[in-house]
Amino acid sequence: MSASHQWNTLQQSRMRRLERAAALAQGKRVEAERIVALLEAIIEPGDRVCIEGNNQKQADFLARAMVQTDPARVRELHLVQSVLSLPEHVDIIERGQVSRIDFSFSGPQSGRLARLVESGRITIGAIHTYLELFGRYFVDLTPHVALVAAQKADRQGNLYTGPNTEDTPAIVEATAFKGGIVIAQVNEIVDTLPRVDIPADWVDFTVPAPTPHYVEPLFTRDPALITETQVLTAMIAIKGLYAEYGITRLNHGIGFDTAAIELLLPTYATELGLRGKICTHWALNPHPTLIPAIEAGFVQSVHSFGSEVGMEKYVAARPDIFFIGADGSMRSNRAFSQAAGHYACDLFIGSTLQIDLHGNSSTATRGRIAGFGGAPNMGADARGRRHASPAWLKAGREGRGDIPMPRGQKLVAQVVETFREHMEPAFVERLDAWDLAESAGMDLPPVMIYSEDLTHIITEEGIAHLVRCRSPEEREQAIRGVAGYTPVGMGRDKRAVENLRDRGIVQRPEDLGIDPRQATRDLLAARNVKDLVHASGGLYDPPKKFRNW
Amino acid sequence: MERFEITLPARAAGAARQTALAGVVSSGNLEVLVEAGQDPATCAIEVNTSAHGFREIWEAVLADFAERYPAGGLRIAINDAGATPAVVSLRLSQAFEDSTGEDS
Amino acid sequence: MNSRRISYFEASARARVAALADAGSFREYCPPAERRTSPHLARLDAPVAFDDGVVVGSATVDGRPVLIAAQEGRFNGGAVGEVHGAKIRGLLERAAREKPAAVLLLVDSGGVRLHEANAGLIAISEIMRALMAAQAAGVPVFAFVGGSCGAFGGMGIVTRLCDEVIMSEEGRLGLSGPEVIETVKGVGEFDSRDRALVWRVTGGKLRRALGEATRLVDDDARDFRAAAIAALSNHRRAPADLADLKAAQAALARRRSAHPETRDGLEVWRALGLPQPEAVPMLSSDAFNRQLHELSAEA
Repeated sequence: MSASHQWNTLQQSRMRRLERAAALAQGKRVEAERIVALLEAIIEPGDRVCIEGNNQKQADFLARAMVQTDPARVRELHLVQSVLSLPEHVDIIERGQVSRIDFSFSGPQSGRLARLVESGRITIGAIHTYLELFGRYFVDLTPHVALVAAQKADRQGNLYTGPNTEDTPAIVEATAFKGGIVIAQVNEIVDTLPRVDIPADWVDFTVPAPTPHYVEPLFTRDPALITETQVLTAMIAIKGLYAEYGITRLNHGIGFDTAAIELLLPTYATELGLRGKICTHWALNPHPTLIPAIEAGFVQSVHSFGSEVGMEKYVAARPDIFFIGADGSMRSNRAFSQAAGHYACDLFIGSTLQIDLHGNSSTATRGRIAGFGGAPNMGADARGRRHASPAWLKAGREGRGDIPMPRGQKLVAQVVETFREHMEPAFVERLDAWDLAESAGMDLPPVMIYSEDLTHIITEEGIAHLVRCRSPEEREQAIRGVAGYTPVGMGRDKRAVENLRDRGIVQRPEDLGIDPRQATRDLLAARNVKDLVHASGGLYDPPKKFRNW
Repeated sequence: MERFEITLPARAAGAARQTALAGVVSSGNLEVLVEAGQDPATCAIEVNTSAHGFREIWEAVLADFAERYPAGGLRIAINDAGATPAVVSLRLSQAFEDSTGEDS
Repeated sequence: MNSRRISYFEASARARVAALADAGSFREYCPPAERRTSPHLARLDAPVAFDDGVVVGSATVDGRPVLIAAQEGRFNGGAVGEVHGAKIRGLLERAAREKPAAVLLLVDSGGVRLHEANAGLIAISEIMRALMAAQAAGVPVFAFVGGSCGAFGGMGIVTRLCDEVIMSEEGRLGLSGPEVIETVKGVGEFDSRDRALVWRVTGGKLRRALGEATRLVDDDARDFRAAAIAALSNHRRAPADLADLKAAQAALARRRSAHPETRDGLEVWRALGLPQPEAVPMLSSDAFNRQLHELSAEA
């Protein structure tokens, strides 16, 4: 080893940045009006920067401050953050301050982002899953500067992130221990925190934001908007999948299809005698639509990626169910809940926009670069898994056949209506993801769930047990068999599908003993948001846009 | 409005049928009226729909219905305001079951 | 499964009739098979309904004979067209002849159907005349308001002519609908997109507190049936003669002076002295009725 080699360049860089910033702060405390100057002092050209943008909590004040920095000084940035959802995230790119982005999800900004990519103004490294991006924070995408959001800080700089802890621990840990700078916007600075979520010596600066950080009520679904068709698919899911495999540990995607399943647990599933036999342990945000199932004693445990606006008091009052600190409030953690969803759950079920003839599914459409967040982690077989469960073993026996070495398989289901609104078919010969990949110059078509991981498709036409298919041809006919009157469905080989029905690979409602006349909204344990409030004993406090009182 | 009639071969309904109506004419929904018809070997269906250009899908939905249910000897009339095939199938099932007069 | 609540708000007109009437007792007049559809809608190339959006017939409720009309709020907003109106009018004329124990009007309507406005306007006035003729013949008429369209326009007036008005909080009663008021008078007068405000002003609880609704029930068709049974044995009478009308007018004048410049149900709850005005929207109808009763007992 050479004696002249310097081993602490990161620390030296860190010290230089802190020295430049010292005059702008009083210890760790920075006033809001000096934040732009502080960012300009700390950030260097080419830095990897994470502006905490989770799919719920947003470091929105710091994002606005970034847009006010001098583009001559703050430039050539490499954004590494899970979600690009605020307009400011894309404004910074439009201002020419960013040369590359690596992210997971871009929801409302997906259209603008696609235009910037097509015009060559930005390069996308990759669109990751959450776990994958968090993993890269600790390998080759470690932030130089992390701008995070917390509810409260104390005078030492300890942070309380509370129910919406979300991505903060993963971001801060990677940044703080690799010579980076952590700046936290906080809603208030207090003498004593309810609890410490992030210790002060991992935090360099705290800045009281003029307004509380924004949180998106992303997981609230108004039961009033659930259709009879969704009730029918929920009945098929409960009887044909949950009861069939005895699924106790699971994750639900966002959407009305899965909200319908949650609202059928206290009614339909209870009538089927399934309480205690299915849906006991969850990796799930505190969905308001899960309240009736919790109150009915269906649910034993829920670990959450984030919180949900208005659910804080209800969650805190159910400490047997949720993960609650000694202070009485929930702590979420996206990285751990994603890991739980991947390794410790037997089922992922969610919705999609398109499924192809192989069973690849994607929500990508031309002109929008959106990404998939956590769905690909949940919706993939965990090949590293080594613990058994009845549901996992049954799926493994069906999927792997008589291989000498016994092994299970994760259940991954997509639930869709064959036609979306405006008669757009959910089943297609070719995913729009191919066009998007070509137009945006991506290495891979953005596929949410790959064919090899998908075990079930549920539509109003029935359930396709893809895991039971013995050949690609069978698989295609099983998909066509539940694709209804879409062109893909009309192209089915009727005899082949009837054969699959005889073998229990395609099951229609009547094959499951489901009476379509029962598929009414009367079956929902709550019909509207007000019912959810009543079910919570008045503890759920929904955002105004969901109220008519 | 687009209007057409089709007559499909179907298994005889057997027991006496009563008139039944399922659904409401509202956006994305439809009403299905089931009555006794003439020929026990066929099901006669009249469709009035506000969505133009989906006749092929209608015919497929109705053919499957006539195949799945003993709809022979029934006359069915539909007023549709742009329902998806899923909703059409559901209403057909509901109206058919109601026409048997048995409680669910 | 009969123990499960049946949401009156979400139920179709036919399901509401089935829930209110004694099981199997309903006999429909002009049933769908007769295809008495709207010629006006057909001429406009718009979808028609076999019952033109209203179900009429006879039934028993707790063993007592009644005539029932139920509007389908999901078909063109329950709006009254020529055929639709004629069915209700005919039912009320039959009531004057046959003298059932009551007529039950299950109102769910924004008023006159714009596609056939002239015929609809005439139909509304004919319904009013037939309704008062039935009342004059000694047949009480009860309105039930708990559907998504509420009771507005001409059907709001028809509702107020009834002897009893049975509402849920979800039901709304008024003359001009919120959107109409906003269009004519501006968003400052009434923000029709503020759903909470709309319900606080037009919803069943305020109507009950002001005496326009005679009974308030939860959004459960079984509770509407129970209210119908109760009203059949003991009901309020609509003003019938000049003295009654003068008394009603005087009561309205008193109400106006008791609640001057009131713009929100919340202010009415405060003025009435309800213990927790902000909590009123979350109260069950039982609890709300109890609070109103206690207030009137104190007064």
